[in-house]
Amino acid sequence: MTDTPLLSADNLGKSYGARRGCADVSFALWPGEVLAIVGESGSGKSTLLNCLSARLAPTAGTVSYRMRDGVVRELAGLQEAERRFLMRTDWGFVHQNPAEGLRMRVSAGANVGERLMAIGDRHYGRLRATATDWLGRVEIAGDRIDDPPMAFSGGMRQRLQIACNLVTMPRLVFMDEPTGGLDVSVQARLLDLLRSLVSEFGLSVVLVTHDLAVARLLSQRMIVMKDGRVVESGLTDRVLDDPTHAYTQLLVASIPES
Amino acid sequence: MSAAAPAYNFAYLDEQTKRMIRRAILKAIAVPGYQVPFASREMPMPYGWGTGGVQVTAAIIGPDDVLKVIDQGADDTTNAVSIRAFFARTTGVATTTRTDAATIIQTRHRIPEAPLRAGQTIVYQVPIPEPLRFLEPRETETRVMHALEEYGLMHVKLYEDIARHGHIATTYAYPVKVEGRYVMDPSPIPKFDNPKMHRSPALQLFGAGREKRIYALPPFTDVASLDFEDHPFAVQAFDTPCALCGAEDVYLDEVVTDDRGGRMFVCSDTDHCDRRRAGETAE
Repeated sequence: MTDTPLLSADNLGKSYGARRGCADVSFALWPGEVLAIVGESGSGKSTLLNCLSARLAPTAGTVSYRMRDGVVRELAGLQEAERRFLMRTDWGFVHQNPAEGLRMRVSAGANVGERLMAIGDRHYGRLRATATDWLGRVEIAGDRIDDPPMAFSGGMRQRLQIACNLVTMPRLVFMDEPTGGLDVSVQARLLDLLRSLVSEFGLSVVLVTHDLAVARLLSQRMIVMKDGRVVESGLTDRVLDDPTHAYTQLLVASIPES
Repeated sequence: MSAAAPAYNFAYLDEQTKRMIRRAILKAIAVPGYQVPFASREMPMPYGWGTGGVQVTAAIIGPDDVLKVIDQGADDTTNAVSIRAFFARTTGVATTTRTDAATIIQTRHRIPEAPLRAGQTIVYQVPIPEPLRFLEPRETETRVMHALEEYGLMHVKLYEDIARHGHIATTYAYPVKVEGRYVMDPSPIPKFDNPKMHRSPALQLFGAGREKRIYALPPFTDVASLDFEDHPFAVQAFDTPCALCGAEDVYLDEVVTDDRGGRMFVCSDTDHCDRRRAGETAE
């Protein structure tokens, strides 16, 4: 069953006119694997993530995804309706800013239920029970279910966003700096939560981050990018403990000793 | 009735404009519930007073038509009287307050109590034709949502209602699904009137002048009000019958009768109430 990767990129590239977003990116993501894409800001991480998640059309190369029925499809060949369906069932996307992934003026319960309602659940009691269950899993008190995310702290918003994404049991989640903008203790709790959810559900994750500590904690494999190209890739521990490329060595060396 | 004022073309709009509107109406009838854009004209009245409904009526009215105009069910309120007088003056057609005698009924926010019959056309004035608007402000996005039948968001709104009020608190402009396809705003009619749209033998046309949209329900179209399995759609119920005609199962207006808290509940449909009080057996 797992002899084909879940997601694979082949010579993927995106240029904005003459400017390069990313180029010549190839990798395969296997079920249950967490892949981190690291690099400094402007290195093409987010462009790559958007291409992988079909939010942006690549200008070169292809991305293939193994659908739930086992058929491998090229993302560029998906209809808009299929792409959107994929986005709210089999995939999740955790934005750095939770306001992009949540409806800020709609209650937390409705936010969690939105994906379910979008795929046809029409039973209020069941939706509410599911929402309560998920708020519990992401450590949001049940009595906040009717509060809008506007009334939540940054960390709670991010946890809510994660619940909204996981409610349909996706197999692949894209995360764009999920801990960005949070203070250190909140970050630590969020990472803890992400780690347990990833292992509990066997999620595959593509994680974009500039924080090497986050990458080390969550990912098994990582890709280091610079100027839109992959300069190094491999097992996270290997890359971080024994970087071979000069740029990766610089990155690792710039972490203050703890 | 008075003769048409000579300075104006029949029904105020020029013939090319009426053709353009008729083309939009035909397309709307062909795709029930779909909002067809049209080149809405400036009318001699402010937006929000029924510029869309007036344009639709102007495009379909002929010399043999009999026109009825109601505003919140009443034939005698400002908006209804003005629009009726406007068409009487610019077309010279006969006008009526009787639902059964009219061939075209232009309405603001009600459907008459007496059942409509085949051959009648009811024209609704619509302020905001997009049912998804308050949830999704981008027109580009709502169009895609309609195209792809992505209507989960509509239920998010109903969910919010139940979470806040314990029941679906939307009482007017209650969203409907047309022929199992398009979700449509029925204009701000009370949800009490929603079931009357379902498989109505009359042609139902909707005009939104400011938003420049026309949509339609051809006769005998399936119209289902959205709901949850465990919170099914239900219409308003009234404790008392109409204080004037004693009608039950009709939509009532609250009328304040003095400044000491005196009030009465009477039929919102004035024609229906008059007929009953005149001893005619309605329906």
